[in-house]
Amino acid sequence: MASSDRILEVRDLVKHFPLNQGILFKRQIGAIKAVDGVSFDLHRGETLGIVGESGCGKSTLAKVLMALERPTSGSVKINGRDIGRAKGAELKRMRRNIQMVMQDPYTSLNPRMTVGDIVGEPYEIHTEVAPKGDRRKKVQDLLEVVGLNPDHINRYPHQFSGGQRQRIGIARGLALQPEIIVCDEPVSALDVSIQAQVINLLERLQNEFHLAYIFIAHDLSVVRHISDRVGVMYLGKFVELGKDTEIYDKPAHPYTQALLSAVPVPDPEGREQRERIILQGDPPSPANPPSGCRFRTRCWKAQEICAEEEPLLQIRPGTGHESACHFAETHDVVHIG
Amino acid sequence: MKRTSPDVLPAEGGHGDHPLLAVDNLHVEFRTRAGVVRAVNGVSYTVNPGETLAVLGESGSGKSVTAQAIMGILDMPPAVIPKGEIRFRGTDLLKLSEEARTQVRGQRIAMIFQDALSALNPVFTVGWQISEMFRVHRGMSKSDGMKKAVELMDRVRIPAARQRVNDYPHQFSGGMRQRIMIAMSIALDPEVLIADEPTTALDVTVQAQIMELLADLQRESQMGLILITHDLGVVADVADKIAVMYAGRIVENAPVHDIYRAPAHPYTKGLLESIPRVDLKGQDLYAIKGLPPNLLELPTGCAFHPRCPYRQDNCVTDSPPLYQISGWRGSACHYWREVLDGEQ
Ligand SMILES: Nc1ncnc2c1ncn2[C@@H]1O[C@H](COP(=O)(O)OP(=O)(O)OP(=O)(O)O)[C@@H](O)[C@H]1O
Ligand SMILES: Nc1ncnc2c1ncn2[C@@H]1O[C@H](COP(=O)(O)OP(=O)(O)OP(=O)(O)O)[C@@H](O)[C@H]1O
Ligand code: SF4
Ligand code: SF4
Ligand SMILES: [Mg+2]
Ligand SMILES: [Mg+2]
Repeated sequence: MASSDRILEVRDLVKHFPLNQGILFKRQIGAIKAVDGVSFDLHRGETLGIVGESGCGKSTLAKVLMALERPTSGSVKINGRDIGRAKGAELKRMRRNIQMVMQDPYTSLNPRMTVGDIVGEPYEIHTEVAPKGDRRKKVQDLLEVVGLNPDHINRYPHQFSGGQRQRIGIARGLALQPEIIVCDEPVSALDVSIQAQVINLLERLQNEFHLAYIFIAHDLSVVRHISDRVGVMYLGKFVELGKDTEIYDKPAHPYTQALLSAVPVPDPEGREQRERIILQGDPPSPANPPSGCRFRTRCWKAQEICAEEEPLLQIRPGTGHESACHFAETHDVVHIG
Repeated sequence: MKRTSPDVLPAEGGHGDHPLLAVDNLHVEFRTRAGVVRAVNGVSYTVNPGETLAVLGESGSGKSVTAQAIMGILDMPPAVIPKGEIRFRGTDLLKLSEEARTQVRGQRIAMIFQDALSALNPVFTVGWQISEMFRVHRGMSKSDGMKKAVELMDRVRIPAARQRVNDYPHQFSGGMRQRIMIAMSIALDPEVLIADEPTTALDVTVQAQIMELLADLQRESQMGLILITHDLGVVADVADKIAVMYAGRIVENAPVHDIYRAPAHPYTKGLLESIPRVDLKGQDLYAIKGLPPNLLELPTGCAFHPRCPYRQDNCVTDSPPLYQISGWRGSACHYWREVLDGEQ
């Protein structure tokens, strides 16, 4: 793809949160390395899926991309311009261009605002998108598009179920018709019938407006359906990055293999026989990641070199895509739907 | 184990001919300013010891409200239960005094909530919150309660439990908080555990751990499990039987294998068809069309009729009963035969 196709360029992105001790006299004793050196490109009209365990830094990555958090180091360029250096009107324009659908339907909506106000709020900041007179109609269209009843525009979030609230957040993310939408677990709380509508909707909008998506989700079959490429994250780093078929049919990193094998298959036949790699324990603390390969404390293939030398994300012998394992070896674990 | 229960409460082990828990024709309404929200409209299901019932269904279909009614934690008002019974080993919980109910809640019927972060109190350590169960319900001392808390944290496989017992909820990851919730819910060896979307917010590796943990606990204690979820993969993995809800009703119930092989209700069929499949990549997913029903104004006849590809004229006027198809299998669809045969 031509470089002009690149709508987003992320280079060596790092986000550390200071770890303080003491109440009166705060003293930094370390850092939570939430995102610790992530690089990738996103092309116009493309969907990059991001998967990985709870706490591996997906939402933090999303927030840094949105300029909601300042990166510790590294850069994020939208259409070739560094968002970390933009100010004033330019920053506002760049922000309009990248929107987010949030993870948590319980806390991301202001309980005192009506649904109409929540979905229409971006128009208050970006008045040029929808003149006042048009707003109600636009908001109702958005509600309909995400599968909510447009007559409920004056209701409050608590009057909706968890799944219904998530749809409100999606309507809001779509309001400004940005070029990039970062979807952080956008369909996790939805039941399958509505998930399908929303995914179809996201795909339709993508084709229509040539939108690019960063799609964070823990449902690997949904990620597979929607993504052109998939990045697998572990403890603040990408451990594997490739086309959807490469990641799902030829995973090369042990973590990706464990992840795929843990996906429940929607078919009860033969469930007793299915083989699972169940990872023991939790990922180590991102404040104190293991030396060398960060996955080594849970990896069944770990050797001495894994503690000594950090495996870089690169194309490994015998594999056609990037992975960060000294002993990368493609292996079709399970075919997930 | 000794339990101090008023005599109206059935003994553990109960009477052989009663299911462990039976929800029977339950109705729940919310009387709001906007009108009456009919959240649960005649739900019936049963769970037996050691059994896993999965409750699937549309968002807003009344899965959590039914669970809250079983637990006796609905805010009444605005909630009203105009009809129905919830029989625990044969005794209708809805007829018990609040005092007797307190004996059941959390002790004999326990629940894991949909949202673990907000269900834990941020200002108390997790050890304190777990040990509270033993102090309040078993009259244990603080230090004995804390010992029990460490034991339980070990049991739900929180690494270094002894060191972490004095940590606060925010110091744990989502998966660990969920395990702490599980620890609290199983603290008093409940006979029924209701798990409301216990893994929705979690990644698959943690989900696999937690589902395995629940299955182990169930094997150890013959606990009946009601698993509320919308994940058709998890259901296929662990359920013995399934109840599918729509607009506050059970629209289909069946043993797990039957439903995946051949659904008997158009809504269930639509759900199964909308799962993303590899061979359909690049195409639109099958999606059940239309909007979820407005509970303030439920459609006439069959509540699913505005969205149903099998609809006939009588569906608009006649509400389908839960037709008995065979043994433990029912469908609330006039045309279940056609659906079952895959005709359309
Ligand atoms: N504001 C903050 N201050 C300190 N630490 C933080 C902050 N935000 C996130 N973290 C930490 O950074 C790490 C990455 O968190 P993040 O929310 O990005 O994970 P995630 O991959 O989105 O997880 P999940 O799947 O649970 O949503 C975690 O250890 C988290 O506790
Ligand atoms: N306090 C309340 N006042 C009014 N309506 C309510 C109240 N609590 C719940 N409801 C309504 O009752 C219906 C059933 O809600 P419930 O929480 O049981 O849904 P659910 O099946 O658990 O959905 P989800 O899958 O989204 O969690 C919803 O439409 C909800 O809007
Ligand atoms: S580098 Fe070593 S520890 Fe890391 S994933 Fe590969 S084999 Fe496992
Ligand atoms: S009763 Fe009629 S409308 Fe309802 S599910 Fe069956 S065919 Fe569809
Ligand atoms: Mg997150
Ligand atoms: Mg619910």
